[in-house]
Amino acid sequence: MRPFAYARAGDTPTALSLSGREAAYFAGGTTLLDLMKLDVMAPERLVDINPLKAEHGSIAADGSGLVLGGLARMSEAAEHPAIARDYPAIRDALVQAASAQLRNMASLAGNLLQRTRCLYFRDRSWHACNKRNPGSGCAAIQGVNRRLAVLGVSEHCIAHYPGDLAVALVALDASVDLVVPDGSTRTLPLEVLHRPWGDTPHVETNLAPGELITAIRVPAAPWFRRSLYRKVRDRESYDFALASAAIALDLAPDGTVREARVGLGGLAARPWRAREAEDALRGQRLDEGSAAAAALAAFAGAVTHGENAFKPELGRRTLVRALLDAAAMET
Amino acid sequence: MHTTMQTILRINGREARLDHDPRITLLDALRERLGLTGTKKGCDQGQCGACTVLIDGRRVLSCFCLVAAVEGEVTTIEGLSGEDGPLHPMQQVFLDRDAYQCGYCTPGQIMSAIACVTEGHAGSPDEIREYMSGNLCRCAAYPKIVEAVQQAAPLLIGRAP
Repeated sequence: MRPFAYARAGDTPTALSLSGREAAYFAGGTTLLDLMKLDVMAPERLVDINPLKAEHGSIAADGSGLVLGGLARMSEAAEHPAIARDYPAIRDALVQAASAQLRNMASLAGNLLQRTRCLYFRDRSWHACNKRNPGSGCAAIQGVNRRLAVLGVSEHCIAHYPGDLAVALVALDASVDLVVPDGSTRTLPLEVLHRPWGDTPHVETNLAPGELITAIRVPAAPWFRRSLYRKVRDRESYDFALASAAIALDLAPDGTVREARVGLGGLAARPWRAREAEDALRGQRLDEGSAAAAALAAFAGAVTHGENAFKPELGRRTLVRALLDAAAMET
Repeated sequence: MHTTMQTILRINGREARLDHDPRITLLDALRERLGLTGTKKGCDQGQCGACTVLIDGRRVLSCFCLVAAVEGEVTTIEGLSGEDGPLHPMQQVFLDRDAYQCGYCTPGQIMSAIACVTEGHAGSPDEIREYMSGNLCRCAAYPKIVEAVQQAAPLLIGRAP
């Protein structure tokens, strides 16, 4: 690890005043220390924001929705009874993510911002990585890319977004509360927190330097009780998704889809909202035929590169299974 | 190593004052500075679980903890039983069930297993497998580890770690 200065922020104004382009906020450390040990990230200053947990670490649910403090730990959200009851997709995503130890450490805001697991990004011995060295090329496009993305990729980067929680949250229309270094606040839909790779894959989010996620908001909708997260992976536990789907369904008594929400994970460059699938389902009776049609629509724009050619089909099957399971839920 | 800061850690009921570089992890401090080599370094990348310790009773990976940021009481494998006292029930059951081969992952397995029980996630073999999945065993002693956790679970009721 390269040398850095460590500063502990006792409150939000102090954290903001210590932030900057050369600094990184330190919460759970599970992504940051990992990438610092690999010399992929090398901040000059770590701003320890764990003391801010008293301000930004609680979880509250009421009739207007769910508010998750950015510094709440993944395990705290996974154990929250209101989340298990009213937002099962969020709980499903959390308990299938990482390991018990990592969930005890990782903050929710940090988890949203976890970096890709692309091997070429994580290994500095490869020069060509447009994410690490802008303009150097992408070794993954012709390389070992079995886990990498097929949706939202560009000719400059096919890195995948590896997380689970953000996929459930993007399906449920979540937004993030931010504090800006000048002390003001703003709210951003989660769907636009992460940027398309395009020709600037090194710019991953729409956060300005020093901006801090203080909370995640999920609107209240009774039909979110009919929501789930299905994850397919090489290992049955403690592994990243090869494909995952977050579903929420508002079904009429006769089984017609009034509203559907579809998020996809392990398949895309960012937490992916499959609006084409949602549009295909609306007004249809949910069955194998309509689910398959929605899955086809979701992957119509998929782009594969050799090893990851299996992913659109795995993604479609995962989505069909998740839709049928959601329709069968007792709520 | 250039020393730039000082931190007081609480480990196994004692205080340890460390002058240290900001880069040092809890894992390296335990092993290299405090002589507590029971906690093992496996991958040092948060993937294997060998370095698992408890902080205020919750299991964490000490390779991803910066000493500077540690808050709370750290419990390592050395803190589970007194010098000549009886073993902690989870240690004793791991011995009795032969729940290891080479033993390198065992301290992490035992610390994680204690938390698995106290969290209430040791209700069935399936649940134990899921909630112990963050601790890898290259000898694949998994079946006996699951049996050990299941057998030790009732012995931990009402007991501090």
